[in-house]
Formats: sequence, structure tokens, C-alpha cells
Amino acid sequence: MSDMPIELSLGPLLFNWPAAQVEAFYARIAEAAPVDRVYLGEVVCGKRAPLLADALARSAERLGAAGKTVVWSSMSLPTNPRERRAGRTLAALDDLVEINDISALADRTPGAPFVAGPLLNVYNEGAARELMARGCVRLCANVELPLTSIASLARDCPTLELEVFAFGRLPLALSGRCYHARAHGRHRDTCQYVCDQDPDGMAVRTLDGQEFLAVNGVQTLSHGVQIVDLPPAVLREAGVRALRLSPHTCDMAAIAFAFRRFVDGEIEAAELRAAVRETGPPGALVSGYLRGGAGLRAADQ
Amino acid sequence: MLRAAVEAGADSVYCGLRDETNARNFPGLNFDRAELIEATRWAHGRGAKVLVAINTFARAGQTDLWKRSVDTAVAAAADAIIAADLGVLAYAHEAHPRARLHLSVQAAANSSDAIRFYAEAYGVKRVVLPRVLSAPEIAALIKETPVEIEAFVFGGLCVMAEGRCALSSYATGRSPNLSGVCSPPEAVTFDRSPEALTTRLGGLAIDRLGPGDSAGYPTLCKGRFDAFGQTDYLFEEPVSLNAMGLLAALRTAGVRAVKVEGRQRGKAYVARVAAAFRAAIDALDRGDDTTRFERQLTDLAEGGRETAGAYRKTWR
Repeated sequence: MSDMPIELSLGPLLFNWPAAQVEAFYARIAEAAPVDRVYLGEVVCGKRAPLLADALARSAERLGAAGKTVVWSSMSLPTNPRERRAGRTLAALDDLVEINDISALADRTPGAPFVAGPLLNVYNEGAARELMARGCVRLCANVELPLTSIASLARDCPTLELEVFAFGRLPLALSGRCYHARAHGRHRDTCQYVCDQDPDGMAVRTLDGQEFLAVNGVQTLSHGVQIVDLPPAVLREAGVRALRLSPHTCDMAAIAFAFRRFVDGEIEAAELRAAVRETGPPGALVSGYLRGGAGLRAADQ
Repeated sequence: MLRAAVEAGADSVYCGLRDETNARNFPGLNFDRAELIEATRWAHGRGAKVLVAINTFARAGQTDLWKRSVDTAVAAAADAIIAADLGVLAYAHEAHPRARLHLSVQAAANSSDAIRFYAEAYGVKRVVLPRVLSAPEIAALIKETPVEIEAFVFGGLCVMAEGRCALSSYATGRSPNLSGVCSPPEAVTFDRSPEALTTRLGGLAIDRLGPGDSAGYPTLCKGRFDAFGQTDYLFEEPVSLNAMGLLAALRTAGVRAVKVEGRQRGKAYVARVAAAFRAAIDALDRGDDTTRFERQLTDLAEGGRETAGAYRKTWR
């Protein structure tokens, strides 16, 4: 296990980008990004999904043709009938899908393979085994989990592929309320899709002006950008099989290329951080969670 | 506290064991094993039920602590165990098939699909709904599920889906899911100047109050932030939930139990809130009007301000 190369995955796009931009983004990923797997689908707000359906379907074909594994991701907090219908349709597929809310399991064929997304609450081997008994083949660890817990999960569930959220603003919270709409003096049902004004999320600062969070509709993310820069040998030892890169407007192909070289041992952590900073990520690099500390703890310079 | 609630008319009381297996892991709260046995015996003598919350997510490699808590609750003849973690639910269901399981709000099951999963997989008999649904959505949900539904009506208001929020650990390293606490007290500090009181969590300035303002417990989701060119309560004002005015609607919708937050409060608070809701529910049973109860508890709200939260659709 420890000799296997670490895979790279591209997580689902969390932000509200125009359909043309989404399609161009995935075309570039298909052409130039050394990622093994791409998760596709609207996971944050069901109101955005219909606008993207065609662009995502064409992107899936293009990515598949380029040799990427395409995995459809489910909504993270399906609430209204439309979101729930979409969840049931996805759950009914026998293909590998990513599940981001437990509701998707109610309609899943027992044993049909799935990925448990980072927004599911899997904090221990007991919970992981429950999901594996129902078909879970891969778990993207919840972003709060320290590496010690991930290693413990890996020891107890050696056949479960473990993926770690390695780049991007951290998905921290979900709500029934849309904070983008609220900041614009609206509410969710009359939102006018104002979240499209912030393609990497709306910056939130503390009263001292410190960058802290980013709002993306009903989702709250970190302002800081997670970077997993622990030595590949340490990650492998903990059972990490894949790193997840979460899409932002900066050059994701360049970021994937830097991570590929890093996990292959071609560059050091400092070079990885420099290469990532070069692309202009939307916030300072942070890396506290895997080390068991506050998530906002800054990464090394 | 438990006695105060029962004597004031509560049908059931939530409690936890004195460790990190429940989501109110604050100093000075909760029971040890002997106290739980004694409290349950006393409550049963009064015709009341004791529900034991084992509703945090077990730490990898240390799940035995959560399993022992389940065993303790069963041994103490608790009327139900409230859990959220798939591993804890699975253990309770397998090791104690006759124990009654409730799904904690920390599992954030907000649809009949999610509820059906928990009922079929673990025999869950009741679900505490996350505070993200409107009253009409709750009514629609209840039509789709045979599982009993419980709803929060008074006290603290999580504005995020419960159990799916890591804001606290992002700022402090500790959170409800990781450690059973939100905005942990050791991370809270206050800067006092002649003009203002600045509240900080993990060093981050999350609110600044003038001399006349009243301060609630500093949680991130009720802090003031700069965003979109404004300084405001971005997520929610420092308010607390009071859904007394929606009691009749919730009952008509088929809600089986209403829940009052009380474990971080004093006995007088618990007794007053329990008595007010008891009286309002009894009035509803008699077909009486309940408006006179609606303003009774206003002075208990955080900062004196209340909201009906997500129960009213415009909140979203």
C-alpha cells in the first residue's frame, strides 16, 4: 500500500459560475490537469443546478474521453422537493457516485459503490464500517479530522480508500439560510443568484479587519485556503490514497501539476507552497486541521 | 435541574454523562453513572422520562468511551438514547436491540429520506429536526414519515445545520462534532476599553458593544463581521429561538414533542420555561387561545431578542 502513488482528485465546483465558464474550466482540466478523478455536480444550492445541467453533461463526456474518472456528487443539504428528487435520481444510479447527505442512502441499491463526501459526518471507524457495509469504497475525510484520526480509520478499514481535502477554501458549514442573499438585503427565495458575484466566495473579515471566512450562498467556507503539504511518505503511512483539490478561479491545472510533482517526490513542501501561491489563490494558505489544531493556522512560508 | 424541569411540567428531560460523549461538554453539567441511575429512578417515580444524549461523534480509535456510555444509559433504565454518530447508533442497535433510539439534531436529518434511512438501518423511533425547516415544510415532512418528530421551540438557535458546522474548530481547534463544545469557554476573551467591549474567540474580534448593549455568549454565527462593504450580523443577530407562537401550527403539523434548551441554564430559567410551555400546551389541549403565553418568556431571550427562526419561511 505504501508504494502506491497518491492519486489526485478534483472536487465538485462549489461556486456559482456561469455555464460557459464551467464548461471552459472543465475543458482545460480535461486537456491539461494531471488529475485522476473529477467530481461533478451542484452540491451547494439546488437553485443553481438547472442552469448547469447541459454544461456539466458535456464536461463529463470530455473528461471521460480524456481518461479521467467522472463521479457525480450529490447535494449536501437537499431540502426542497426539487433538490430531493435530484438526490433520488443520483442515488438510483448504479455507477460510482459521491454522497454528501445521508438521505441519498435511503434510495441507494444496497452494495452499489459510492464515495462518502467530506460533508458527511464520519469521524470514526464504526461510522466508516456502517457506510462500507452499504457500498462505500472511498471516504473523503471530513475537513476537521486530524491526520491521527485518518490513520486510525485507515488501520481499522484497510480496504477503504481515503481521500483528504488538500487544496481550497475549507467547506465549514451549511445552513437553511442564504447569507449571500441576506447580505444583499434579500432572502433565499428571492435571491436573484447574487452568489454569482463572488466566484471564490464573498470575503468575510473580523472587526479587526482580519480575513476569516467566505460566504457561498447557504455554505460558509474558510477565507484561508487549505494546503496539505505533509511529506508524501507521512500521508501514505497514514493511509491517504488521494488528495482532493477544490476548484477555484486560480489556475487549477497549474495547482494539480504542482501537487503531482509534490506527491511524486519531485519537489519539496516549500516549492509546492510557492507554486500554489504563484497561481494567486483567494486567501492565505492554512494547514491547521490535519495537525490537530485550529483550521486557520497558517501554513509555513 | 432535572427535578426543576419535571416539577414544572416537563414530560421528558434530556441529560448527558459527564464527558465528551454529549454535545454539552461544559464544566459543572451532566451526570456520572450513579447520579444518572438515581435521577432516572426519581423521574420515573414522577411519571417523567429521562433521555440520555450520547450525541457527539466518537473519536477514531477511542469509540469505547461512547459504547460504555450507551451501556450506562441502558443500565440506568433511561427511556431513550439520543445519538447522531452512525457508529454509536449501530452499536446501540446491535448491543441493546430493545433500547429506544432517538436521532439527535446533530445528525441534521432534514428530509423524510434521511429519516427513513435511520429508521430502517437502526430502528430510530424519533427524530429531532435540525432548525433549517419552515413550519409548512415540517408539516409536509411528517406526512411522509411514520417516525415521531420532535422540534426545538425555545433557547439557543443554531443558524447552521446542526452537526454540519466546523466554524468553531476553524477558529479554536474545538467544535461540537470534534469535542462536544461550540465556541469553547477557554477561547473566549474580552477586551475592555472606555468606549467599547470587544468579544473575541480564539483571538478573533467577533463583536464590539457599546456601554448600554447587552452581550450574549460569544458564538461565531452570532458575531458581527465585515462583508460586502457592511459591518453587520452576517449570519444571525444575537437572538434566541422562541416558537411559542407556532405551537398550535406545530401540533397541527403532527409534531410529537417540543424541545426546550435548558442544560446550560439555571434552575429558575428551566422551571419558568417548562411551566410556560406546559401551560400553553395544556391550553391548546383544551382548545383555548395561547396568545397570552407568547410574550411571557421574552425577558429570558439572549440580549432580550427573539426569533421564530427557520419556522417562518422569510428567515431564509
